[in-house]
Amino acid sequence: MATLTESIGRATLKHLDYVGGLSTQLWAGVRALGAALPVTGNRYRWKASIRQMLEIGVQAIPMVGLMAVCGGFILAMQGATELRRVGALHYVIDLVAVGFTRELGPLLTAIAVSGRSGSAFSAEIGTMMVTEEVDALRVMAFEPIEFVLAPKYLAALITVPCLSIISNVCGILAGGIFMFFSTDLDLRLYLQDVLTSIQLQDVVSGLIKSLAFATIIVHVGCLEGFRVRGGPDAVGRSTTSAVVKSTFLVIVADVVFTAIFYFTGRR
Amino acid sequence: MSIISIRDLVVEYDGRRVLDGLTLDIEQGETMVLLGGSGSGKSTLLRHIIGLERPRSGSVLVKGIDITRCSQPELKRVRRCIGVAFQSAALFNSLSVEDNIALPLREHTSLAPSIIDLMVWMKLAVVGLAEFGKLHPQELSGGMKKRAAVARALALDPEILVFDEPSAGLDPIVAAELDELIRLLKQAFQMTVIVVTHELPSAFRIADRIAMLYKGSFLAVGTKDQIRSSEHPHIRQFIDRVPGNIAQTRAVEAYFEEYVQSQEVTR
Repeated sequence: MATLTESIGRATLKHLDYVGGLSTQLWAGVRALGAALPVTGNRYRWKASIRQMLEIGVQAIPMVGLMAVCGGFILAMQGATELRRVGALHYVIDLVAVGFTRELGPLLTAIAVSGRSGSAFSAEIGTMMVTEEVDALRVMAFEPIEFVLAPKYLAALITVPCLSIISNVCGILAGGIFMFFSTDLDLRLYLQDVLTSIQLQDVVSGLIKSLAFATIIVHVGCLEGFRVRGGPDAVGRSTTSAVVKSTFLVIVADVVFTAIFYFTGRR
Repeated sequence: MSIISIRDLVVEYDGRRVLDGLTLDIEQGETMVLLGGSGSGKSTLLRHIIGLERPRSGSVLVKGIDITRCSQPELKRVRRCIGVAFQSAALFNSLSVEDNIALPLREHTSLAPSIIDLMVWMKLAVVGLAEFGKLHPQELSGGMKKRAAVARALALDPEILVFDEPSAGLDPIVAAELDELIRLLKQAFQMTVIVVTHELPSAFRIADRIAMLYKGSFLAVGTKDQIRSSEHPHIRQFIDRVPGNIAQTRAVEAYFEEYVQSQEVTR
């Protein structure tokens, strides 16, 4: 009995420690964000941020786009099977448009970015921990959070919402192509229908979500990296854990945000 | 007044005492070698001298400032007068050797780029790497990496230069070259040098004074001759390279005897 309570206690402490570490790092990261801004911040951090934007954002466009196109087709086809039976095939347009802007666009993007960049963050920082580079930064009077994390955070906060928009556009276009081939609906009419069915709130709520997802991916990825102790095997484990934990937390955050938007009536 | 004074430093990890009430004064302009076997706590002591970790109790005064208790800005100021060459060199792999050395100059001083280039070249020339500045760390040999790390440690003209295991993993010739470099730097720049090592020849060549660590406390602190002529059993054991009784020699011998006998019987 004692061992059971002991192990429950130990597991609880471990998780509390993780949450504590994550919140401390989040606060430090938000405060360090100013250093990465252009003009007012440190220009070397801004340059690093631009490099990160290319890596997190620009290089992810093909993958995010393709995932969104596939997602759009899947959503349209699955919706059409059911809606055709009640003679409401037209509602596929609403389903794809609203489904993507509010939910699938940001979520698919976050999963892609977490797989591509979250793992890269933890591998990079983990390797820096193992090779004493993080210690070297600190003794050279650099703050690792500001030097390493802030550019990544700023870059993710800018690029993840942009990727979400790209994802939305690709997904909606895929829906349009499906409608064109299955009901001969003109693409221009389709786009008009899309614009009437989505409201500004849908887009905004999607973008708010994607900001939260970006925060989760960067901070979980970096925390996993900073917690690496030991050798190369620890780096490998941290990479796996970064992807698993950030994907999990992204979905949890998605539920929370969706619930908030649902109950506050912002659709 | 001594440039570094350590008072009653106690360090514990998970209740295990690693450093047990160390007291040591390091004078301006001397070369202090921290000598000890693996697990003696010498690297831990070093990490506390450069302020990477906070002790359980005790104080480390660097130029009169207690770095175990001071504020972050004060710690940063102290760190700018300490240059550290890490055991694994800890050069930033994403930057060229030149950029590695230029990094602290660019960010911590307001020097013009042309002056920085000149200073980087000078630091590289001091360690004999003037024509290798454009290379990346992974293109350098082990000895060159260590020398590049020394050049980076010298970048801000520190008053205190710290070496963690300078000769670890190097062949005897390159290790001897590095020892000469340390002597030369000390003569040329009048720096205070702290070297952590377990290599006796290197320790006796470069040291003014040696502090001998054993299981977290000092066995002796004194000049080379004092250490060499010491009668303390552990110091004699270290200097005369007498193996410890970790391997349980008796048991091993008995095992081999039995094995040889059994082989003879089967034959």
